[in-house]
Amino acid sequence: MTRNGPFAFLFSALFVVFMTAPLVVVMGVSLTPEGFLEFPPSGLSLRWFRAILENPDFIDAAWISLYLGIASASLATVLAVPAALAIGRRRFAGRDFLLALFMSPLTVPTIVLGIAFLRFLSQFGLNGTFVGLTLCHAIFITPFILRLVLASVTGLDRTIEKAAESLGASDFTVFRRVTLPMIMPGVVGGWVLAFITSFDELTVTVFIVNPSTTTLPVRLFAHITQTTDPLVASISTVVILFTVGLMFLIERLYGLDRLLVGGEGR
Amino acid sequence: MPGRFAPWLMSAPALALFVALLLVPLGMTFVLSFHAFGFYTGIETTVDLANYIDVLSDGYFHEIFARTFGIALVTTLLCAAIGTPEAYFLYRMRSRWRSALLLVVIGPLLISVVVRTLGWAILLGNRGVINTALMDLELITRPIKMMYTTGGIVIALVHVMIPFMVIAVWAALHRQDPATEQAAESLGAGPATIFFRVVLPQAMPGVLSGSLIVFSLSASAFATPAILGGRRVKVVSTTVYDEFLNTLNWPLGAAIAMLLLVAVLLVMVSWNRLVERRFAQVFG
Repeated sequence: MTRNGPFAFLFSALFVVFMTAPLVVVMGVSLTPEGFLEFPPSGLSLRWFRAILENPDFIDAAWISLYLGIASASLATVLAVPAALAIGRRRFAGRDFLLALFMSPLTVPTIVLGIAFLRFLSQFGLNGTFVGLTLCHAIFITPFILRLVLASVTGLDRTIEKAAESLGASDFTVFRRVTLPMIMPGVVGGWVLAFITSFDELTVTVFIVNPSTTTLPVRLFAHITQTTDPLVASISTVVILFTVGLMFLIERLYGLDRLLVGGEGR
Repeated sequence: MPGRFAPWLMSAPALALFVALLLVPLGMTFVLSFHAFGFYTGIETTVDLANYIDVLSDGYFHEIFARTFGIALVTTLLCAAIGTPEAYFLYRMRSRWRSALLLVVIGPLLISVVVRTLGWAILLGNRGVINTALMDLELITRPIKMMYTTGGIVIALVHVMIPFMVIAVWAALHRQDPATEQAAESLGAGPATIFFRVVLPQAMPGVLSGSLIVFSLSASAFATPAILGGRRVKVVSTTVYDEFLNTLNWPLGAAIAMLLLVAVLLVMVSWNRLVERRFAQVFG
């Protein structure tokens, strides 16, 4: 294979600038000592990071996003793993239908999902409740987990499970002691991807929260549409650093490219 | 696990959740779109096509739908034009550089769209980073208006969507046989000829599937047009949002959303048809 030339290098450099510029600007602005947005900042100050601590609204919202991400990712994982085992290794009538149904949240526009959930939850008095949020988030993050678990299920060596069975292990023991450990990277990768997706989600969530269950992206969005001040920049910086931290964790545990590209990168 | 119904039993919990919280709500929203709304009476459970006729016959809504799909189309073309060569360069890069660059390309996918759009709002504002820099360099005397324009929305959407294009093309490139490039090179083709005549045709399935993802996500994007367009540059999703949470005319909002859903599904189905026919000879 031939190496990249100077044009490729220049193109990639410009591309990197384009991809990182908005993030660099947000982080730069958050360090300003002034009361307005300025870039580059005239001095370096942690004033706006201290200001986060004086805004319990944002801190409460961050906790809700965290709990919601953990709850919905865990629920979706518990539901998706058995479904992935059935779809991944059995041929049965209705298999294609189930797969299409479980992947459909990726096809339906998120704004449509948002109003559908709002319509449904308000009918049953669940709108704005944490339970309602968890169930709705579990729906649209299921495809991410299902896809990764399916990928690890299809490459599985069945002889190990057959050996466990022939040695007298029950179905559940085979699953817990043999199958689950083998698909664990896919399950963990799927959980983390689902958590991040839930943690960041705005379009669906904005319809189904109430003031006491407002998530961090919804709170940020509401604030930004009113005014952009260095406070939203400092909160966004914390979100960026948190996500980058998770990204490095995934890179060590599973490989970021495998997670997002789907195993074809390596 | 033996038994004919075992796969259904294993899928039953997920199926129950999806029926109760996806199919039923979508059905209820579909029904809602046929109801009427009175300013004093609220939602009336009559059934007619009034909302659809309102939307389909009103120039105000035509403009919103045209703007939405125009933005999605231009975003898709730009993503294809930038993302395809970038995926190719990434594919040819040495593995150490590639890991780092891949992190920069697909990492932003995991960062909240609200945060990324905030970055663009800071860059594009009248007193934002780009305008301030251009005025300091005395290249312009008055700020270029980029906030609250379709152009600003397109720039930010390209940033949000381009990782999907790079991933799709990159996956397609990995399916091609590297020997074809070597053959072209040994026959004396230059880098540009190799890219346009050998690599691009083989990467085309990736470009096309990436385009479909980018188009459908851009057509229904909410956060970016809401923050960068506001009330001044409305798209379909922000219109639905306003009908639901400000005007409270849920039936009309539901009708607009259903039209968006149908339009997106139509584009998907016809696109897949087109691609299958186009590549029938290659894959058939």
